[in-house]
Amino acid sequence: MPTPPSARGGRRPVAVVSFAQAQNQRREAHRNEVETLMPVFADVLGKVGITKDDVDFICSGSTDYLVGGPFSFVSALDAIGVWPPRRESHVEMDAAWALYEAWVVLQEDGVDAALVYGFGKSSLGDLSRIVALQLDPYVMAPLWPDPVALAALQARALLDAGKASEEDFAAVAARCRRSALDNPMAQVAYDRTVDELMTEDYVVAPLRRHALPPITDGAAAIVLAAGDKAFEWAERPAWITGIDHRIETHSPGGRDLTLSPSTAMAGRLAGVQDGRVDVAELHAPFAHQELILAQALDLGEGVSVNPSGGALAANALMAGGLIRIGEAASRIMDGRADRAVAHATSGPLLQQNLVAVLEGGR
Amino acid sequence: MSERVAVIGTGQTKHAAKRDDVSIAGLVREAALRALEDAGLGWADIDAVVIGKAPDMFEGVMMPELYLAPALGAVGKPIMRVHTAGSVGGSTALVAAHLVTSGIHDRVLTVAFEKQSDSDAMWALSVPQPFSAPLLAGAGGYFAPHIRAYMRRSGAPGHIGMQVAVKDRLQALKNPYAHLHLPDISIEMVEQSVMLWDPLHYLEACPSSDGAAAMVLGSEQAAAAAQVDTGRRPAWVHGMAMRSEPTMFAGRDQINPRAGRECAADVYRQAGVTDPRRDFDCAEVYVPFSWYEPMWLENLGFCDEGDGWKLTDAGSTSMDGGDIPWNCSGGVLSSNPIGASGMLRFLEAAMQVRGEAGEHQVDGTRRALAQAYGGGSQFFAMWVVGTDKP
Repeated sequence: MPTPPSARGGRRPVAVVSFAQAQNQRREAHRNEVETLMPVFADVLGKVGITKDDVDFICSGSTDYLVGGPFSFVSALDAIGVWPPRRESHVEMDAAWALYEAWVVLQEDGVDAALVYGFGKSSLGDLSRIVALQLDPYVMAPLWPDPVALAALQARALLDAGKASEEDFAAVAARCRRSALDNPMAQVAYDRTVDELMTEDYVVAPLRRHALPPITDGAAAIVLAAGDKAFEWAERPAWITGIDHRIETHSPGGRDLTLSPSTAMAGRLAGVQDGRVDVAELHAPFAHQELILAQALDLGEGVSVNPSGGALAANALMAGGLIRIGEAASRIMDGRADRAVAHATSGPLLQQNLVAVLEGGR
Repeated sequence: MSERVAVIGTGQTKHAAKRDDVSIAGLVREAALRALEDAGLGWADIDAVVIGKAPDMFEGVMMPELYLAPALGAVGKPIMRVHTAGSVGGSTALVAAHLVTSGIHDRVLTVAFEKQSDSDAMWALSVPQPFSAPLLAGAGGYFAPHIRAYMRRSGAPGHIGMQVAVKDRLQALKNPYAHLHLPDISIEMVEQSVMLWDPLHYLEACPSSDGAAAMVLGSEQAAAAAQVDTGRRPAWVHGMAMRSEPTMFAGRDQINPRAGRECAADVYRQAGVTDPRRDFDCAEVYVPFSWYEPMWLENLGFCDEGDGWKLTDAGSTSMDGGDIPWNCSGGVLSSNPIGASGMLRFLEAAMQVRGEAGEHQVDGTRRALAQAYGGGSQFFAMWVVGTDKP
């Protein structure tokens, strides 16, 4: 029997053994959330030849505000069918945090496998108005600052600090969209040079069109398994050898927007620097945010960053972070990488960040 | 192998229809600071924060934990936000407890709240959704037919619900934090209140409250240290479980849901409880509408199916001479900050076990049950707490 690589934190080895996602698209006009999730569940369970009855715990991430009604996660449960009654939970966060909750539960006996999923159908409303409601309700939200304008302030801070140039933003976008050509689930993919991208108009200066994420309808699911079960279900499980998440203060005025100390701390506690990193999937909705995250994680040369195209290729709210973990894990499971870093973010301007290290072991 | 976990601090706000003296941050901080003080700890002692609340539209803030992170001392720490409908206060406590039983953290602050006066829960529950049956008149309109079905099935007489409404409000008079203090409450007063959702009179329904609940959960070492520092004993968690089932399908028993029965069986097995009526000294159970007391008495196995109303009728669930007092705090019928209502059940059960419940203390409580439910009677969270280290 092979043995899992040693892990930081946690007492039981836990691995990603399967990942699936829906086709990311601007507008899923024909399927609601349940109908979007059903084939994703069939896919993620089918890949390891199991049924929903083989998992001991189910955990999801979503937000009511995309649907515009209460309890959006309740009807989504019908996509999996929690009968007979199941041990199940939900976070009003990106599903990467649902994965964290499942990882915690899997540390204890009696739970050997978990199904984690997230979904977001952004096309149902005006996303820039909706996301503004995440802001401090007394001071900021009444001003309705939209996420692009906020991101532009962050990008401007990077330029003013001399930490990056507009060409650097374009280079991130060019690389991500080029990588996305190899990702059949991506929404935005192209092969354009930095010079070409620099001719685009500003959406909100200094951000041009290419530096913005697409608006995406999407969903994703992951199966986690502990110990021997992971070897039983997957030839090469993607072991979670470290995982941590941290939050910063809310007010953008109270932070140095050119840094991401919460990412740095989570990365340190997850053990990013304990070994060579082959691949990093960073949840950077805006091009300049990838630069901030790569610096916070101290990713050196030779790391393949966002080979899936990242959030610039598809940005399904509430599933985007989980997809980063899935994309990183896929590259471990198929042998393209031995050690991968996955990152998820939540809140305005990278306020909250989760970092996981995934390893294939021997 | 799991680590032990105990409640080492509790705190709650004064619940009220409108807490316009505080912001949302002020509200959660009020409860959190009381829990920290009770545990003899400061913000820096906390490893992680787990916060829960019911739908965000109840206040109109999307994912408010982001804005609340600094108010809860969470900057630089992990914070998670749970949402499992009405059971969320209980589920939140359980997510926090697992952070300790898994051996990951030693001291976790868990908080749940609702500031209903900031928005309109009835509206938020009734937003029309394409291709979905509307809830219409909020939760009461949804549950009233289930109650009628229970009455028909069990043959319960019509006064049972009113009896629960009076009993819980009389018990609330002994709880200074309760929202409703109705010293003149009587069967006649309930009967004369307006019929909201037949058979539920106005006074058989929970109020709409602003409020928050908080607990500090600690590992074995943290519990020992807190007891030395504060002289107050911990409430040990003897069992905890969650179960979910679908909202509707043909053949589902919505009156006595299987998820509730199986959730109870799971916590009883963990805690070694074989006869809940004998083994518990008291219970805090989510009763937002009066008739859910007899319904949950049956679902939780305190009696045989069909007999729940007889326990209520005989006064068995009353602090005043009953053998198994339910909702000594006044329950959800007396305070309903929705997201916090489940955690208040978990917290009040812990207070009883710690001997800290003041005037509504059931003397000599060694073991207590807490239950929260949500959605269409489909999400359940429970724990058993006791004086003895498991």
